[in-house]
Amino acid sequence: MSLFNVFSIAGSALTAQSARLNTTASNLANADSVVSADGKPYRAKQVVFRAMPVTTDGGVGVRVAGVVDSAAPGRMVYDPKSPVANEQGYVEMPNVNVVEEMTNMISASRAYQTNAEIMSAAKTLLLKTLAIAQ
Amino acid sequence: MLDRIDQQMGTLRTAANLRAYRQELLASNIANADTPSYKARDIDFKSALDGAIAGRGAFAMARTSPRHLAGPDGAAFSNAPHGAQVLYRTEFQASVDGNTVNMDVERSAFAENSVQLESALTFIQQQFRSLQTAIQGQ
Repeated sequence: MSLFNVFSIAGSALTAQSARLNTTASNLANADSVVSADGKPYRAKQVVFRAMPVTTDGGVGVRVAGVVDSAAPGRMVYDPKSPVANEQGYVEMPNVNVVEEMTNMISASRAYQTNAEIMSAAKTLLLKTLAIAQ
Repeated sequence: MLDRIDQQMGTLRTAANLRAYRQELLASNIANADTPSYKARDIDFKSALDGAIAGRGAFAMARTSPRHLAGPDGAAFSNAPHGAQVLYRTEFQASVDGNTVNMDVERSAFAENSVQLESALTFIQQQFRSLQTAIQGQ
């Protein structure tokens, strides 16, 4: 029954979008973390989505293929008093683009919402199917 | 007698099956709205239903492997229910990452398909109701 597959497809999208929301939260929380675990400034993380077949007849879900560090250069801030400043007095800040993260967050939450609605539509239709001949 | 009932229900059942399958494809498109290089897919409901009805009448051969020869209608191999042909959607606005999902199109198609599936289910339900009335002789 194809309608049951809608649950696995939309469910995989919910998982993927919440992973994206997680990385956005991590990026925003660390937008000013000059020193991370490896001693270098925090690098913005981005998720990579990949299509994943969940049925044999063409239903395609989505999964997170990996989390990559952004290659953008970190912004340099002049602060000679900082203990991590270089010889010229500049401190390398994380390469988190706050505006980009905010749009990413809105996009992820809207996509999550849409997929949740898809699931509830499929549920209504399945209940309708169950009500046949009653 | 029973084959008549089956015949009567057959078209509606095929329609409901194809609608449910289309629902699955549209859910795949919406789930992959942010996946790079994903191509949106859909079926042409009318030709899929026509094909399913014609196939049932003429005892069409089942193609269970892509290496089987095509029948006289030359239909391509399809894993989909009732041999529906899954097609790629023509894109209106190309996206930089090669994704062809247009959310407005998909959402409206999903809503339309939900209503159509619901109406097919209602029709089936009504047919059962009439049968019950006939059986009870009221």
